[in-house]
This record gives sequence, structure tokens and C-alpha cells, in this order.
Amino acid sequence: MTDPVRPRLPDGIVAVVKRDCPTCALVAPVLAELDGRMKLTVFSQDDPGFPDGLDAVDDTSLCVSWHHGVEAVPTLLRVEGGVEVGRALGWHRGDWEQLTGVSGLGEGLPDWRPGCGSLSVDPDRAADLAVRFGGSMLHSRRVELAPLEDEFEAMFQRGWSDGLPLVPPTEKRVMAMLAGTSRRPDEVVAVVPPDLVPCTVEKVAVNAVAAGCLPEYLPVVLAAVEAACTEEFNIHGLLATTMPTSPVIIVNGPVRRAIGMNSGMNVFGQGNRANSSIGRALQLVVRNVGGGRPGEVDRATFGNPGKLSFCFAEDEEGSPWQPLSVDLGAKPGVDTVTLFPGEGPRSIVDQLSREPESLARSFAVNLRTLHHPKLLLAFDCLLAVGPEHARVFAEAGWDKARLVARLHERLQVPGREFIRGAGGIAEGLPENLADATLPKFKPDGILVVHCGGSAGLFSTMIGGWVGGAGGSQPVLREIGT
Amino acid sequence: MSETRTTVLLDPTGERSPAIRERVVRLDTLEGKTIGLLDISKPRGDVFLDTVEVRLRDCGAEVLRFRKPTFTKPAPIDLRREIATRCDAVVEALAD
Repeated sequence: MTDPVRPRLPDGIVAVVKRDCPTCALVAPVLAELDGRMKLTVFSQDDPGFPDGLDAVDDTSLCVSWHHGVEAVPTLLRVEGGVEVGRALGWHRGDWEQLTGVSGLGEGLPDWRPGCGSLSVDPDRAADLAVRFGGSMLHSRRVELAPLEDEFEAMFQRGWSDGLPLVPPTEKRVMAMLAGTSRRPDEVVAVVPPDLVPCTVEKVAVNAVAAGCLPEYLPVVLAAVEAACTEEFNIHGLLATTMPTSPVIIVNGPVRRAIGMNSGMNVFGQGNRANSSIGRALQLVVRNVGGGRPGEVDRATFGNPGKLSFCFAEDEEGSPWQPLSVDLGAKPGVDTVTLFPGEGPRSIVDQLSREPESLARSFAVNLRTLHHPKLLLAFDCLLAVGPEHARVFAEAGWDKARLVARLHERLQVPGREFIRGAGGIAEGLPENLADATLPKFKPDGILVVHCGGSAGLFSTMIGGWVGGAGGSQPVLREIGT
Repeated sequence: MSETRTTVLLDPTGERSPAIRERVVRLDTLEGKTIGLLDISKPRGDVFLDTVEVRLRDCGAEVLRFRKPTFTKPAPIDLRREIATRCDAVVEALAD
């Protein structure tokens, strides 16, 4: 049944109709009127005997309709030299007269009647048609399972899984996933470490299906893959490190609401399909396309549960501050992903501070402990301020910049506290820094995002990996279509 | 989906390895290796394996003997795990 070749349309006027459409029945006399006056070809989607006496071409396979993007019937086309030069949908006397060059068409008919949906875009058929006529555009190797092989077990056995069951990436599901983006399936999105494999939109789509994504999530996944595979983010190093860090995806912009992401209660937890599957899709791309698997290039001593998926949206609507994406240079209202090389989230509990200074001090003493209280300037941090904490700052007129500046002030550490041996602890910085005072974080090393449930005087901190150009830097990417 | 219909999946990997699983790498020597001999509990399988054991020991291999409870069913998972953890290779013997 597969017809990889787009059928050429005959020159002249082409009409696509179906019997099961009142407007098509209405215009049957008009088509009869045109027949004989010009070269007319009628394609019938459901009954080659319709319209009577017009010798319609059988398009019950919907091959012509699918390839030429017919969305409604009747569709009237003008074709010259095999190329479509005009199109009219439904019955509209003016449009039909203009397209055919014949005036006074359809005497006695109303001026205008909308058409019906084309069978080629019928939701019950679209996915099968996409595979039948468009499947040849997919280049991924076909893996044929034996008849008695359990498809879920087969995927585990082939090493495609992160440890949880995958959605089988059939041609039908991958074609449906690809409908979520305007990008071509063969476009290379990124070169994925560690194997440095050029990864196409199609390969991302295959892994997005496996991860459980809906098609509308695909542009977010594509942006995340692009961001991860930049020199700045350095996914290879992040993967290979013995530290427990991995990509954390923060989504900003209207897309958060459009695809139903969670930015509120249990924001880092389970239960939201978009949050869970987008992060998982990125991890599966790294695993499957890049070849980054635990025990191989992934040398994490502990890892963290976020290596299955760690993706969430910022609560922009409830935030007193500008979004993280704007902090990092994006225009307000633009859809973005920000990737942060993060460990698992750690809770900051402060249920008593009602003054911003007190709460900032609380944040600072907690942030000091990230990875080790005596290790300074090595790691960035992502500070997720909860709504009840953010309100304390907002009511006192503290913007985000003021909070961050105060945190840096509170996180100046004297050498006697951090040098090796101080406090009876061998870990620390070299003794020759004993007289120095150093900050815990680089000037741009504290990222602040607003999210979480509306009840609970808590915030969360997420420690980074080796920051700066020698390690991994947060990377922002706009989400395309 | 019916039992007999073949499922076709799209490979999510970078396609740098064959779709068909590769065989385990063959041993380059028997010297000093531990070889398991799995008797599947069919008659006279032990006679065959006794001979194999002598030949393997002549080649310098250590030999461990295992036995399935019944030839009608796959080896129990504990037995498979024991063989996998203790042996470098295994010979599963037929009989009759």
C-alpha cells in the first residue's frame, strides 16, 4: 500500500469530493456544468460513482488527498504544469468563479456553504495514513520483534530503558509525535555526547515517544536536547562525573500552561506527565543516541533520582519577580528552557522568619552547606523560592537582585573557617588562603526561580556541578515550533 | 494486536551497534577459567558431562557441576545467577 511518490495532479481544474458531504452533493451540478467546458478531474474519497456521470477518479485510498494536503471537501484546485496555483475550500461562488474563470456558476445555489472535513484528516485515520504515505520519510532502523516476544521486555533487553517501561516507538506513534513540530524529521538537532552522534528530530521523536511524551511536548524536548549538547553545558562532563549531578530543566513562557506543566504543589515530585516525560526524554536521548549509560561513561558514585527526569516549570503568574529566563537574557513572554547541572533538591525550612533579612540569613546558612561548607567558588546553585517565602520578600519590597546581593554578602567566608584542617576537618581550601575572605559562589552563581505549592514556609536549594567554563554553565534556549 | 502480528519498532539508539544482540565474547583460553557443567536432568547426561569434565581439567580449567531440577523447565533463576556469578563459561549438556 505504501506509495512514497507524491502523485502528480492533472492540469486544469481538480475537485476533491466525497458523497457523504452535503456541500459536495450541493455542488455536483456545478461540477457537471464545468465538465466539458474545461479539463476537469474529480477525485472521490468515498465512492467513485459520485458525482453521477462525472467518471470520478477513485481516491478511496486517500493517496491524492493526503499528499496534496486536502483538509476539507469540496476542495477545488487549479493546476498548471503539475503545480497547484489556486485553491478554494467548500462552496464559495466568487472563489470558484475566480478559480475557473467562469461566471454565473451554480445558479440557484446559495453564495456560500462550508464544506466537510476531508477523510484524509479524519482523526481516526490520520495516524495510519501518515505511516502509509509518510512513513518512508523515517530513517530509523526498523527493529522487528519476534511474534512471541513481549514488546516491553524486548525493549528492556535491548538496553533502551532507563529502568522503567517504555512506550513502544512504533512508526504510527513516531509520526504522530513528529506532528508536534514544524521541523523536518531529518534535521540534525545536536551532536550528542559521549558518542558524538548527530541526532535528528526523528531520533528525538522516537525517544520522546518512548519516554511517554505527547506531541505538543516535542518542541520543549528539542530545545532541551539542543541546550544540553552545547559546549557551555558540557553534558559529556556532567555525565561522566562521579558527582551526583545531571540536567535540571526549567521551563518558562506561555508553553508551560499550554502543555499543562506543573509549577505549583509537588513541583519536583511525581504526577505531571509533561514534567516527568520531558525530562525523561532528554535522558533517553543521552542514553540511547549519545550512548551515555551508567557504569560506562556515566561514572556517578551515587547519582540522584532526578537522573530519571528532573524538569519543572517556573510559577511566573504567582511570582513577585521576573522569571529566571529573563534574568538570563530572554525577553518576557518567550518560551524557553534553562538547563542547570544540578543535584537532587534539598529543603530549606524556615517557618518563623517574617522579615526579609532574617529569611535571607536563613537561606545563606543553608546555601553555605552545598556540597561542603568549606568548599567555595566551585559550584553554582539553583535556589527555588516557595510562594510563602517569596511573599516575605515581596511585602518588604525586596526584588530578586536585592535578595541575591544580600546572599552574596552573607556568604563571604573568612579563611580561618575554610582552610584545610579548620574545624578539625581535612577537607577545605589551601592553607595559603588563611588570610583571605572568599565568597561561596561566583557573582553569577546563584540562580533564583519561583515555584512550589502555596502552603508551606519552605524553599529548596539545588547544588550545581563544577561551575564556569571548565565545567558546566546554565544554558538557556528558546523553544521553537 | 493479534499474537501473530509482528511488531516493528523504530530504533531509538544512535545505531552504532547491531540490532541483533551480539554473542558473549568467547574465552581465549581454558587455562585457569571456571567452567560450569549444567546437567539438564535427562538420563545419561552425567555420563557425557563426566567425560567433558575430565577433558576440561586436562586443559587446566576448574569445573563446577550444576543440575537443573527438571529438563522440562528453564533453569531456576537462582541457579542461573549462581552459574553466572561463579563461572566464566557454561556447557549445558543434552542427553539420551
